Amino acid sequence: MSDALLPLLIALPLLAGIFPLLLGLRFERAGWPVAMTASLTVAVLAGWLAWAVSPWSGGPQRFVHDLAGYPAPYGIELVGDGLSAILALLISVVAVAVLIYGRTTGPQTNAFYSGYLLLTGGLLGMALTGDLFNLFVFLEIVGLVSYALIASSDDGRAAYGALKYLFLGTTGASLYLIGVGYALVATGTLNMGDMATELAAVGYTDPLVQAAFGFILIGFMLKIAIFPLHTWQPDAYTYAPDTVSAFISALVSTTAAYALIRIAYDVFTVDFFAANPLITDAVLLVASVSIVVGSLLALLQTELKRVFAYSSVAQFGMILAAIGLQSETALFGAVIHLVGHGLMKATLFMGAGVLASAYGAQTVADYAGLAKRAPITSGMMAVAGLALVGIPPSIGTLGKWFIALGAVEEGSWGVAAVIFISTLLTLTYIGRLLETLYFNQPATTDDETGVVGDAGDATDDGSIVADGGDTERATAGIDDVAPVATERIVVVVVLALSTVALFGAAGLFAEFLDPVFGRFFQ
Amino acid sequence: MTDVTFIDVLTTRHAYVLFVLLSAIGLYMMIANENLVKKVIGLNMFQTGIFLFFITSAYRVGGSTPIVKSGGGPYVSPLPHVIVLTAIVVGISLTAVGLALTLRLYAEYGTLRASALREVIADE
Repeated sequence: MSDALLPLLIALPLLAGIFPLLLGLRFERAGWPVAMTASLTVAVLAGWLAWAVSPWSGGPQRFVHDLAGYPAPYGIELVGDGLSAILALLISVVAVAVLIYGRTTGPQTNAFYSGYLLLTGGLLGMALTGDLFNLFVFLEIVGLVSYALIASSDDGRAAYGALKYLFLGTTGASLYLIGVGYALVATGTLNMGDMATELAAVGYTDPLVQAAFGFILIGFMLKIAIFPLHTWQPDAYTYAPDTVSAFISALVSTTAAYALIRIAYDVFTVDFFAANPLITDAVLLVASVSIVVGSLLALLQTELKRVFAYSSVAQFGMILAAIGLQSETALFGAVIHLVGHGLMKATLFMGAGVLASAYGAQTVADYAGLAKRAPITSGMMAVAGLALVGIPPSIGTLGKWFIALGAVEEGSWGVAAVIFISTLLTLTYIGRLLETLYFNQPATTDDETGVVGDAGDATDDGSIVADGGDTERATAGIDDVAPVATERIVVVVVLALSTVALFGAAGLFAEFLDPVFGRFFQ
Repeated sequence: MTDVTFIDVLTTRHAYVLFVLLSAIGLYMMIANENLVKKVIGLNMFQTGIFLFFITSAYRVGGSTPIVKSGGGPYVSPLPHVIVLTAIVVGISLTAVGLALTLRLYAEYGTLRASALREVIADE
């Protein structure tokens, strides 16, 4: 019975995606109720899947479903295990949160809700498939819908960001397809489990196998947005509607990173890394550069959504580093960080969206003193921001801790040092946001003073505010407060608190991941 | 394997050479061309190169159409053909979305040149 959950989880949102448009012909506001019903059902099913693969259900901890009854190496397989169940649960929970958040704001067209459901279905497909080509198809479904959703803003710049994403994202998916093609030529199969056996038989140092991994890696680096292949990401996140930014930043790169973990460890296996030290070193080097440069670029941005976008480049660098470390501890940290990053970024983008709708705040300087006006949202953004830095108790601490611990265990002191430096840099840009939110006077409309204030020197900032001289004009401008629906703030609060609550969940994650990692690191 | 010369590659593996050339030209066109529509065409060319690679990989000397009646064979591999069919559908959808976005950008900014768009957007 439980294996029927897998196709249902994918088919339900994809099929439901038709209805907002279909019913929209008759009822103008059909989209939201349809999307909500489907998302809640998906969340229940994902919860059921998580329970089924958990050790407490007493059943097997890995479910396989052969689509249309064709057995494994010939047909397409769907696989549910602890790792994919965690991802499915994250996707469904964030999807519900995004939908509640987006009820009053953001695109309310029926087309948006159709796209939203297609994206959910595509992401779940990526999380649950056990076939390399099927993964490509879901990757492209996710890509296509993301482009459309990003462009759903009225802003022309959103269309530009979406088109840029389309070019780079498609190139990434195509490179992945070349990699799959090479692997197919080398092994003659597309099934992940089958290919793992065949690749071992072909030999991990075969140039064809190495090239296959290289293409797959580069393809995913484009999709995940690792420096220097991240250029699509800041524009896409910044100009997309707030609802879409939160959804995409929390889930799309996350699921691509999950797929890379799955392929690296389930298909190519840890022996591949051991046999190819050059590839492993390259992965670690690129990841380290991405961590440092991403953090530095985040520090240089003035627009808040851009700060968060570049911060994602750094955080995903950390996950890539964990993949290259070949350490069970680090990979455990990477999975926790995937979930944590998704929740934290969703909170931050949603919080920024609330403050943007209420006060029109876009740049970091616009957030000056907003903590007094919007204490709850600001407080929750502070919680998520500090979690992103890695300050306990939060899920951000857990992820970073285990990745750094894995690096130390493997003797990769360079990676450990990079993670430490990045934590300091994260503290700098989050600290700058918190300082602006809590301690700056809402006076700095002047661009120059805004930039100096951003440098983070409290005393300097005070004097500049006094020197500013245009306090009244600025305050008058900020006073136009638009009302914000309560449920948006509630969603931000719940997500922020979840990042704190999950601090105690390391044992829970271990229960789910132990059987999976047992296979990865036999 | 090791004593394959450049000429051998050109004469016996021209299909792979073609795949590399076509993909590389498409990718270059997508990156270097300023016109958004031509970028989309470049993207299509890049993908078409990949499709040709898959078709090539299915080929067998003397292979016949993979419709199994009784015995027969050898057959060409049907799997890559199926993959390419699916990938073509994906590619067409991408082209459609790409062109739709291009149209919207043209309606909004009145230009198809990437550099001009960058300038306008930077000023906004």
